[in-house]
Amino acid sequence: MAVGIGKIENSRLAYLYTLPAFIVMGIVVIYPFFYNIVLSFSNMNLTHFYDWRIIGLNNYLAVFRESTFWYFLGKTIVWTVVNVFFHVTIGIFLALILNKNLKGKSYFRTLLILPWAVPAYITALTWRGMFNSEYGAISLVLDRLFGVQIPWLTTEWGAFAACVITNVWLGFSFMMIVALGGLQSIPDELYEAAEIDGASWWHKLKNITLPLIKPVMIPAITLGIIWTFNNFNIIWLVSNGGEPADTTHILVSWVYKSGFRYFRMGYAAAFSMVIFLILLIFSWSFIKKTKAAQAVY
Amino acid sequence: MNKPRDLSLKGKIAAYIVLTIFALFAIYPIITVISISLRPGDRLLSKSLAIIPDNATLETYGKLFTEEPFLLWLRNSSIVSAAVMIVGVGLAATAGYAFSRYKFVGKEAMMFSLLTTQMFPLTMLLLPLFIMLIKLKLYDSYLGLIVAYSATALPFTVWQMKGYYDTIPFSLEEAAYIDGASQFYTFWRIILPLAAPALVITALFSFMAAWSEYLVAAVLIQDQTLFTLPLGLKTFQSAMETSWGLYSAGAIMVSLPVVILFLFLSRWLISGLTLGSVKG
Repeated sequence: MAVGIGKIENSRLAYLYTLPAFIVMGIVVIYPFFYNIVLSFSNMNLTHFYDWRIIGLNNYLAVFRESTFWYFLGKTIVWTVVNVFFHVTIGIFLALILNKNLKGKSYFRTLLILPWAVPAYITALTWRGMFNSEYGAISLVLDRLFGVQIPWLTTEWGAFAACVITNVWLGFSFMMIVALGGLQSIPDELYEAAEIDGASWWHKLKNITLPLIKPVMIPAITLGIIWTFNNFNIIWLVSNGGEPADTTHILVSWVYKSGFRYFRMGYAAAFSMVIFLILLIFSWSFIKKTKAAQAVY
Repeated sequence: MNKPRDLSLKGKIAAYIVLTIFALFAIYPIITVISISLRPGDRLLSKSLAIIPDNATLETYGKLFTEEPFLLWLRNSSIVSAAVMIVGVGLAATAGYAFSRYKFVGKEAMMFSLLTTQMFPLTMLLLPLFIMLIKLKLYDSYLGLIVAYSATALPFTVWQMKGYYDTIPFSLEEAAYIDGASQFYTFWRIILPLAAPALVITALFSFMAAWSEYLVAAVLIQDQTLFTLPLGLKTFQSAMETSWGLYSAGAIMVSLPVVILFLFLSRWLISGLTLGSVKG
């Protein structure tokens, strides 16, 4: 379909067209990016807001020396792996069902993408209300049906579980829709041929369906991992800023708290750089690895 | 596209059961919010799980509009979102066109840098931006917010516009050039009108991105009279006592338009997304 790409050579107009977008990107993204690098080597905090100076690598050393970094890094990895795992498995599972000939499936499809449509901050605040130990719907249902009371928001792992449940709700629709798009492009002949050879349901899934939706799923999963790793809203709003006692954090929410609540600007800037480098290295190697895997197929 | 396959009777029953369970999971929080928003004032802390509460009433909605600054937040959010929409469409329509039609030095690098921005943790940009705006005395103003939102929506909208321009045949431009039209005239009067569907999607996407954003607003806006809807709704929860009724009514009012828009747009958003990532 690429009918007219790159047909006009070296026109000054091209730069004029892209200029406005890049001025805005320059103000909000490119300049702050370099400013952040400078800050990460500085001692800026509340007492040194105007008279800051460069102090070298001290902030980076502080990041790696403090146990909070390693602790929240571990939590972030668990958070990302658990969330993306559930998003992808639930998403593919539902897509497989919705890809069959079922009456009324478009209604189900609409209901199932609702979580994606609701603004994320509303999702987070609503689930926080539902986890409320006295009046929250989830606590009431669990108490009435099973007589169990789970201290969702007052214990470290209760709050973490609450965040994970909220984010699973928020994210499976996206993976479902992407998987559905991939499934619809698989030619039916492949399944027919496999059936003639007597392939089981599991064999068809493993040898036809999954390999063929892989090209669509890999970019979506890469994006999903990056989004989840940096998903500030859910953690921050469900746990109300890291409650209890600053234990419910992932790396980004901890940076936010250090920078904007504790005003350790230099430290937060160095911390952000570390997060960015982790993601950059991850995405780069993940993309490279999966491209290599695709070449094998 | 294939014809979907049939299931055996047992398979069908299982499929409906699974779909029903997940559909309930998907809509339960939404139903809870609707239900709480309809409770009469003296029953906000009720432990009832009934979906339609006894004596259901719209009084909370009335209270939201008359006793709370909801209309002010609505006005603020509308101003910011509308501005972001206009800026976003202008920037994405032109940049996307250049990326689609022109060959120029630095094009690859520019497109790649747009994608890289997706990897930035937001704090990395917010902290310098916050300090910059304080020093420029632009803190607590819409301008900072509008510029920040326009930039965060740009990578997606530029790729989306480029993808759409790519499907418009170049022969249209060639014909116009032969007739003596200038390059800008051709873009403005011939290609842009043809790209109207993509422009609408870009506009709505930019609008929704600004309408639903909490974090940037929380950092750049402290003045209560400038609060946007997300900041306003958060105040219902951060007070000593949570106002569940007001929060729920507000959440419904804010979500309803974007949910409807989203359901309507979802198909195009997804094709834009996959197009961008596959070609990237």
